Amino acid sequence: MKPAWFDYYAPHALDEALHLLGDAGHDGRVLAGGQSLMPMLNLRILSPAVIVDINRIEALNRLHAGADGLTVGALVRHADLLRSPDVREGWPLLWEATTQVAHMAIRNRGTVCGSVSHNDPSAEHPSVLVTMGGTVIVAGTAGHRELPAEAFFTGALSNALEPGEMVVELRYPRQPTGTGTAFVEFARRLGDFAIAGAAAMLTIRDGICERARLTVVGMGDGPLRLRAVEEMLTAHALGQKEAQDAFAEAAAMVVAAVDPTDDVHASAAYRRHLAGVMAAQALETALARAGGS
Amino acid sequence: MAREQQIKLTVNGRSYEKTVPARLSLADFLRDHLHLTGTHLGCEHGVCGACTISMNGRSARSCLALAVQADGAEIVTIEGLRAEDGTRHPMQQLFLENFALQCGYCTPGFLITAIELLRDNPKPTEHEVREAISGNLCRCSGYQAIVDAILAASRLELA
Repeated sequence: MKPAWFDYYAPHALDEALHLLGDAGHDGRVLAGGQSLMPMLNLRILSPAVIVDINRIEALNRLHAGADGLTVGALVRHADLLRSPDVREGWPLLWEATTQVAHMAIRNRGTVCGSVSHNDPSAEHPSVLVTMGGTVIVAGTAGHRELPAEAFFTGALSNALEPGEMVVELRYPRQPTGTGTAFVEFARRLGDFAIAGAAAMLTIRDGICERARLTVVGMGDGPLRLRAVEEMLTAHALGQKEAQDAFAEAAAMVVAAVDPTDDVHASAAYRRHLAGVMAAQALETALARAGGS
Repeated sequence: MAREQQIKLTVNGRSYEKTVPARLSLADFLRDHLHLTGTHLGCEHGVCGACTISMNGRSARSCLALAVQADGAEIVTIEGLRAEDGTRHPMQQLFLENFALQCGYCTPGFLITAIELLRDNPKPTEHEVREAISGNLCRCSGYQAIVDAILAASRLELA
C-alpha cells in the first residue's frame, strides 16, 4: 500500500513541466489533485518512474466565465466550480454534476481536468463535457492542440493523449437560451461510483424541441452519447402527453443501445434497466427546467 | 535529489523542517515522522476517510497527498483540535455526549469533516449532514449518533 520509488518534480512553469513530461515519455505521470493517481500509486496499479506535480504552476489555476464560454484550467478543483456563482448560473449541468462527484474531501483536492483525463466510466465530468460539446486543450513540447470532447475519450480509462502530453484546459460553450439541463445518477450510497447516470440538455422553442443532447454514464466504455435518441427528439413537439411518450421511447432506445457487463455492484440487466430510468428522469427534469411541461 | 526533498510546513501551529522521500504519503509523514498517530489509516486509497486532515483550511485525505506536496502548507490534525489548556473542541465534546464513537478508529476523520461542514454551512439539514459525512466510513455503524452530534453542534453554534 505504498507507492514505488519515483523521481518527483514540482516545476513552477508549464514549459518546464512539458519538458519533464516529454523527456519521461511513457514513464511520466502528471500529478494534480491526486484523487485518482494516488490510489493507483498506493495500490501499485501504476509505478511511473517520473511524477510531475503541476500544483505550483499558478497559470493553470484559472477559472474564467466569458462571453464565449467557460475556461477550466488544469488546477481548478471540483470545489472551485461549486463555489462559483457564474458556473451555477451559466453552466448548470456542470454545476449539478459536480455536486455529485465523490465526497467533500475529494472535491476539495480533485481537479476537473484530472477527472476528464482519467475517464473512469462512472465519472461525471467526461459525460458532461460530451453533452455540452466542450473542448479539451492538450499541450506537449510540440505545442498545443484542441480536441472536441468526443475525440478525446477513447474507451474506459483511456484518452487521446500522446506520451508527454497533458490536458491544460477545458472549454465549455454557453448554452442557448431556452435550454434546460439535468444530471442524474444512481449509487447505493451517496458519493459512491454511480451504477448508472445520465446527462440531458434540451433546447425548447414554442413547445418544440430544437436541440437535444443525451449521454449515459457507467456503461463500461466512458461517456456514451445517444445520437439516435437525440435525432428522434429533435423537432419533436414536447407538450405533456407528447413528452411522456417520447421519453418512454427514449428510455427503450437507451436500454437497447447500452451494453454493460456484470460486476460486483450490479448485474448487466440491472445496469441496462437503470440506464433507461436515468435517461428518462434526466430528460423530464431538463424539459421542466427549459420551461416545458 | 528528485527522490528526496526538504519540506517546511506548519502542523497544529508548530513549524517543522524535514527531509522526506518523495514517495512518502502525508499520512505516513504525520504518523511516522512527527509521531502524530491520531491520524488513522484505514484503506490507504481514499475510500474510508479515517486519515482526513485539514490542509490550508480544507479537508483532505492525507493518504492521497504526498508529504512533499505539503511544503508550505498549514495542516491541522486531530491533535490540533484541543485547546492549549487541554479543553476538548466543542465538536469533540458533543461526539462524547452523543455517544458518537465506539471503537474510535474513524473518529478523527469524522471530526475534521464535521468541523469543516459547519464552518461552510452552519445550519445544515440532516440530509446535508449525511451527504457531508458520506466519505467517512464507521464500521461500528454508529452513523445515527454521529449525525445527532453534528446536528447538536449546529444548534449550539459551537462549531
